[in-house]
Amino acid sequence: MTVLRKKRKAFVSQHDCVACGCCVKVCPMDAITIFHGLYAQVHRDKCVGCGKCAKECPASVIELQEVTI
Amino acid sequence: MKKKWYDWLWVASLAYLTLGFFNILFAWLGLLCFFIPLIIAAVKGTKGYCNRYCGRGQLFSLLGGRFGLSRKRDIPRWMKSKPFRYGFLIFFFAMFFLMLWNTYLVFAGARDLQQVVTLLWTFKLPWHWAYHGALFHPGVAQFAFGFYSVMLTSTVLGLVTMALFKPRSWCVYCPMGTMTQLICKIKNPQ
Repeated sequence: MTVLRKKRKAFVSQHDCVACGCCVKVCPMDAITIFHGLYAQVHRDKCVGCGKCAKECPASVIELQEVTI
Repeated sequence: MKKKWYDWLWVASLAYLTLGFFNILFAWLGLLCFFIPLIIAAVKGTKGYCNRYCGRGQLFSLLGGRFGLSRKRDIPRWMKSKPFRYGFLIFFFAMFFLMLWNTYLVFAGARDLQQVVTLLWTFKLPWHWAYHGALFHPGVAQFAFGFYSVMLTSTVLGLVTMALFKPRSWCVYCPMGTMTQLICKIKNPQ
């Protein structure tokens, strides 16, 4: 039997991201990188869904979503 | 998290703004904030400057974050839209070239040095106390006054949006940020 668990993860709206890197600085898990100066990329396996990045993002383009793993 | 040397660059930004009150020629140092991001974007294809070294961003982060001078609200949708960001970049460029043209006129002797700092492209503030004359051509000082105007204006705008929205709201519409992202887009086609 597999147990389905719900976890919160950060999602970046890459189209609107300005790639400033504020989220990278506040992430306690080092789970975010800026992809080639274009947008922030969240490494899903490292993200613990704390929401610090979403709070920090000056463009408010990061949101937490529930995912089933 | 251990602080790196570049986490202190906000001190340099603050020092830059302060020095402009005493000797306007220090304004030339601000060219570093123009060339370094462009070089990093053109050579490495990243926004390494914004991500690590931008002292101004750190200053806003500190004032709006630790000092609590920000409402920490969401920035309006239109301010993060591409038309606004690119429109502001073009406007900023136009004003920058106007400043270069004024500098040229002083170099060419067609116009006298104006010892003023123009805030928000409109308000001419007397700034004669920061010019001590003689050593360089007046054109050198004219560029300094013009460039300091650009830097002070963007700081004031940044402080206003820091107070109203999130601390680093300036980063959303910063012309250098938009330009370096554009360079990165060209260098790294998706």
